[in-house]
Amino acid sequence: MNSLLVTMLKGTVTSLEIFCLTLLFSLPLGLIIAVGRLSKKKLISSPIGVLLLIVRGTPLILQLIFVYFAPYYLFKLSYDRFTAVIVAFSLNYACYFAEIYRGGIQSIPQGQYEAAKVLGLTKKQGFFRIILPQVVKRILPATGNEVITLVKDTALAQVIGVAELFRVAQNAASKQFSTMPIFIAGVFYFIMNWVVSAGFARLEKKLDYYR
Amino acid sequence: MCTEIIAVEHLQKSFSSLEVIKDISFNVHKGEVLGIIGPSGSGKSTLLRCITQLETVSSGLIRICGQTLVSNQMLKGQLKPVYASKEEMQDIALKVGLVFQNFNLFPHFTVLQNVNEAQIQVLKKSPEEATENSLALLKKMSLEAKIHSYPCELSGGQMQRVSIARALALEPEVLCFDEPTSALDPELTGEILKVIRSLADEKMTMIVVTHEIAFARDLCDNALFMDQGLIVEQGLAQSLITKPKNKRTQAFLSRF
Repeated sequence: MNSLLVTMLKGTVTSLEIFCLTLLFSLPLGLIIAVGRLSKKKLISSPIGVLLLIVRGTPLILQLIFVYFAPYYLFKLSYDRFTAVIVAFSLNYACYFAEIYRGGIQSIPQGQYEAAKVLGLTKKQGFFRIILPQVVKRILPATGNEVITLVKDTALAQVIGVAELFRVAQNAASKQFSTMPIFIAGVFYFIMNWVVSAGFARLEKKLDYYR
Repeated sequence: MCTEIIAVEHLQKSFSSLEVIKDISFNVHKGEVLGIIGPSGSGKSTLLRCITQLETVSSGLIRICGQTLVSNQMLKGQLKPVYASKEEMQDIALKVGLVFQNFNLFPHFTVLQNVNEAQIQVLKKSPEEATENSLALLKKMSLEAKIHSYPCELSGGQMQRVSIARALALEPEVLCFDEPTSALDPELTGEILKVIRSLADEKMTMIVVTHEIAFARDLCDNALFMDQGLIVEQGLAQSLITKPKNKRTQAFLSRF
């Protein structure tokens, strides 16, 4: 029992690594994609529209396989599985975050941009000091949804052979002829998401000081 | 020292096929308070938005404190409005303040931060220096008790006074008001008009777009009556409002 918990905790660490690194890359990348999507220049916004269509229109599990195997078939290039997982997850989540950001940015009244402009703030200052803080408050609930989904989606990493929590649990289950490890994994995911939910609730409360 | 603060000549502005401003020319001199009245949709707000660079003009000239913001120039055989360089436009923008109808305060900032923001970010003042200036302005607006409140905790009149302080913090040469009392009840309107009056007493140059006709008559030096993108009548505020000559002006003011 003890050794089972140890292996499952190791799998959990891998899942958490995927989770943290994906957020680290996808949150800023999503913002860049959102700004590009909102660009008035068709040359920028159109390709990004296509990218969003493809990434959101195909299964993440397929994207994982593609990101890992495509370089091999195309250029005979093979690389680390874990890196492939981070690349695929980051790109996929960045696209979802981008659409959340876009909705948030577009929901800010035009008057805020105008006030910033009339006061002489540059576009950059206006965006980062006036618009973005208000966007963050508005998109927190939707972002929380995505982040919770990400915790559970880390289980997909096993498709290219990364031993995250779910794969570890499955291995243990077949070794022991018992579904117990699978259910224990379920409890692990639940606890992780409990923490995520509590974190978002706290963030929302923290930003509750203004309307 | 320039006495001419704003010069507008043959200003024209269209939104695609809709011609909002047809041909407008006027001047504002230092210390003058100009009232702009007229029915909704006559182009009053658009005119202010052209002067404050929130809209680009379709044709014409705007000069602010002797600096040309935009003027018509021959380009490839066509007369086109040409704007000043980016730096010069920014320089000119700081000379013109704008107070919005619906305040547009920054909701995530306190009253003090709202007034400090541009002083620190644009004028590059130190926070201490900015705060000192802001506190003086907010005191003038009788808001010293509210400096750490957020906009959502204020009344409409208080919000508008914060936005006036915010505009004044950049020490503009001219302050434009775009229907500053239209979102307020009569009591709060009085509050704001009192503030504008005190600014007029200090010889602040102002352009006030307003539907408060009595206020325009009593406070403004000169007035413009606009309709359908044109200046129908202009002159001393007192006589334009009490003894309008033009039929359209008479009709508009008959209900007053």
